[in-house]
Amino acid sequence: MTATPAVDAEPIVVIDDVHKSFGNVEVLKGVSLSVPKGGVVCIIGPSGSGKSTLLRCINGLVPIDQGSIRVASFDVHQLKTDQEKIALRKEVSIVFQQYNLFPHKTALENVMMAPVHVLKEDREEVRERAVALLRKVGLSAKADVYPGELSGGQQQRVAIARSLAMRPEVMLFDEVTAALDPETVKDVLNTIRELALEGMTCMIVTHEMRFARELADVVYFTDGGVIVESGPPAELFDRPVKERTRAFLSQIL
Amino acid sequence: MESFWAWFRWLHDATGINLTIFYDSFDRSRFARGFVMTVELSAVCIVLSVLIGIVGAWLQGSRLRLTRHVIYWYIQFFRNTPPLVQLYFFYFGVGSLLTATGVSGSPVPMVSNVTWAIVSLSFFAGAFNVEIFRSGIEAVPGATIEAAESLGFSRLRTYLLIVLPLAFRISMPALNNNLVNLVKTTTLAYAIAVPELLYVSSQIWSDELNVPEMMNALLISYFTLVGFLVYAMHRWERAIRVPGFGV
Amino acid sequence: MSRLRWCDPLPQATDLPVLLPAASRLARSATAERTAGAFRLRLRPAHGVALLALFAIGCGWAEAQVQPGQPSILATLWKWTPVLLRGFLFNLAISAVAMAAGTIVGLFLGFAQISLLLPVRKGAWVTTHFFRNAPWLVLLFYCMFLLPFQVTVFGMTIQIPDWIKATLGLSLPVMANVSEIVRGALQSIPTTQWESAASLAFTRRQTMWMIIFPQCIKRMLPPWMNLYAILTMATVLTSIVGVNEMMSLTRQALSAENRSGLLLAFYSYVLFWFFLYCYPIARWTVRLEARYAVNH
Ligand SMILES: Nc1ncnc2c1ncn2[C@@H]1O[C@H](COP(=O)(O)OP(=O)(O)O)[C@@H](O)[C@H]1O
Ligand SMILES: [Mg+2]
Repeated sequence: MTATPAVDAEPIVVIDDVHKSFGNVEVLKGVSLSVPKGGVVCIIGPSGSGKSTLLRCINGLVPIDQGSIRVASFDVHQLKTDQEKIALRKEVSIVFQQYNLFPHKTALENVMMAPVHVLKEDREEVRERAVALLRKVGLSAKADVYPGELSGGQQQRVAIARSLAMRPEVMLFDEVTAALDPETVKDVLNTIRELALEGMTCMIVTHEMRFARELADVVYFTDGGVIVESGPPAELFDRPVKERTRAFLSQIL
Repeated sequence: MESFWAWFRWLHDATGINLTIFYDSFDRSRFARGFVMTVELSAVCIVLSVLIGIVGAWLQGSRLRLTRHVIYWYIQFFRNTPPLVQLYFFYFGVGSLLTATGVSGSPVPMVSNVTWAIVSLSFFAGAFNVEIFRSGIEAVPGATIEAAESLGFSRLRTYLLIVLPLAFRISMPALNNNLVNLVKTTTLAYAIAVPELLYVSSQIWSDELNVPEMMNALLISYFTLVGFLVYAMHRWERAIRVPGFGV
Repeated sequence: MSRLRWCDPLPQATDLPVLLPAASRLARSATAERTAGAFRLRLRPAHGVALLALFAIGCGWAEAQVQPGQPSILATLWKWTPVLLRGFLFNLAISAVAMAAGTIVGLFLGFAQISLLLPVRKGAWVTTHFFRNAPWLVLLFYCMFLLPFQVTVFGMTIQIPDWIKATLGLSLPVMANVSEIVRGALQSIPTTQWESAASLAFTRRQTMWMIIFPQCIKRMLPPWMNLYAILTMATVLTSIVGVNEMMSLTRQALSAENRSGLLLAFYSYVLFWFFLYCYPIARWTVRLEARYAVNH
């Protein structure tokens, strides 16, 4: 991967001065960033700094108070109808820290459900695609197993496959390895790495600094609801400018 | 006040809605007595059932196997049979054995139906309370008790000041459910002619032929009564809640 | 109710209170009973044995009082058994119909309780709690006396038998309790399930029917079956309003025999039939619950 994002690639996610409060606590205090098509962006920062909230806003799960978020041709917070929301979520998909698989459906059914019922695609075609996706995340053997019988890492990979089944342009990963045993983290990271190298646009919230350094085009450091510093990983990790960034990195590395 | 009552007479003349329990002083006092009877029945049974619960929970921790067995089967009987059957059992079964010979020579029951209703309902609710208090006591952490004893509290003081207050808080939600259920169950006393709310209402509607009005008055009375109890108990439950202890 | 606001993420749970198993067990069962509106029936084989013992004692007691020339107690019971069992079938019919009707309406009410429309939500809440707070017997009276004894549809007059009215009366509290069971189950599904369904572009309706409700069924089944067992025992209440079910018939039998000492034998006999019917249901409920507890 190049150290700097491709300058000529047009941005697919544009976040402009986003504010968000829960009650009277302001969690996002004016966040702006953009991600070019095919770019890989990592967001790091202490817990409680609003990283998850930002990703949820991009997916339209949480309404914003001020500012705007554009994903491809959608103005995320101006979408009115279900059809528009469906169209947005075809475009951008999120994977959660706690996997959130549907426990009453097998791994394969989890992957198939949204394309069949939301996109109304042909069941057999979807099945083929879902089988292929499970193979891609290394779980073809577990297709007919229920989430409760899978390890955390396996569940997380099914969750990634489930998101991919929507054929999104952008994938959001919210600390997807934070709840996993160390040995299963590797499989999940490998899956994400593969995706990134295939050219998927990814926004990754993570605490895996080595992974961020290897994969990211740009790393953003957030704290207290603002972006404190950003830059290519080599610069941000090795020569942080801000004191707060330095303090955080020295703690975590 | 008179004009307030009179308004209901006007309501009857104007609309046909016949609320004799407001404008007719005889029905009014009948209904009021029924209401008071229901409240008394509930209150007495609540107190007795809680006492049964406390004593039963204590006996259940007894060293004597026989005592524990008796308590166990007491709970099982009252938990798993319909309360109406229990009431009949006491009133018709035990009651028919406890008779004295009256002045006219015919047998007279020694125990009134009100008393049987109280006995039966208290034992019914008490059976649940025993279990509830027992679990409450078992749930008090041993470490807390040890701490109290290490601070020099006597056994009795530990029990009164530490174990019981905590056990009570833990038992509170379950106790609430049970007491609310008890108040609703007092209506069964109708079956043995205890003049409580349901019974006097049925007397009034058979005299006055105002069944719909009385039915609604009855429903609203119970809704208010039970609603008040639910509300008060929940408030209490919240008020005595200790942060981080209990749910 | 606030938990189900569409798409709100669940605030991270903080440190959970540490409880001894006994306390959390009690708290859990209290919550479950509050939702189900009925206590837990826990029948064991020993209860059947105890009933039989009680029955034996009752028979012995009655036998001791048999006058010369009177038939024995067992012969008397045998004579009445067909009548009593016909009454028992009545109890079962009432319980089945009341349960079915109450469940259907209760399901609607339960869903209405989490509706996004405030008036629907509030209306369903009030209805549910109104009928939950009313004593079963009062609701029974309400239906017995206020429903017409006949209705005329297209010129045809149809008599409504008492037992149908009583059944409707019993279905009202069932409805309210089912409504709470449904609401409790729907809200027990973690918000993250709603959220991940939303992120996959499911609509609210799709999420409800394909993701949330299927997960609820397992949680609703045990309290629902327990409610049925309780309802079956509560059908004896209809004897108070004059339905000729097993309990009324028992009392009629007792007064027809007009012999002292039959009471215990007859009542324990009646209870035994109820036990025979409710025991398998209670066992099955426990089994389902255990299976559910293992899965989660
Ligand atoms: N639904 C919500 N309601 C209230 N506060 C919330 C909600 N979601 C998040 N928060 C608060 O917003 C802040 C940022 O949370 P989050 O975005 O999850 O941080 P991060 O993912 O960086 O750890 C936290 O203080 C959290 O408590
Ligand atoms: Mg987070």
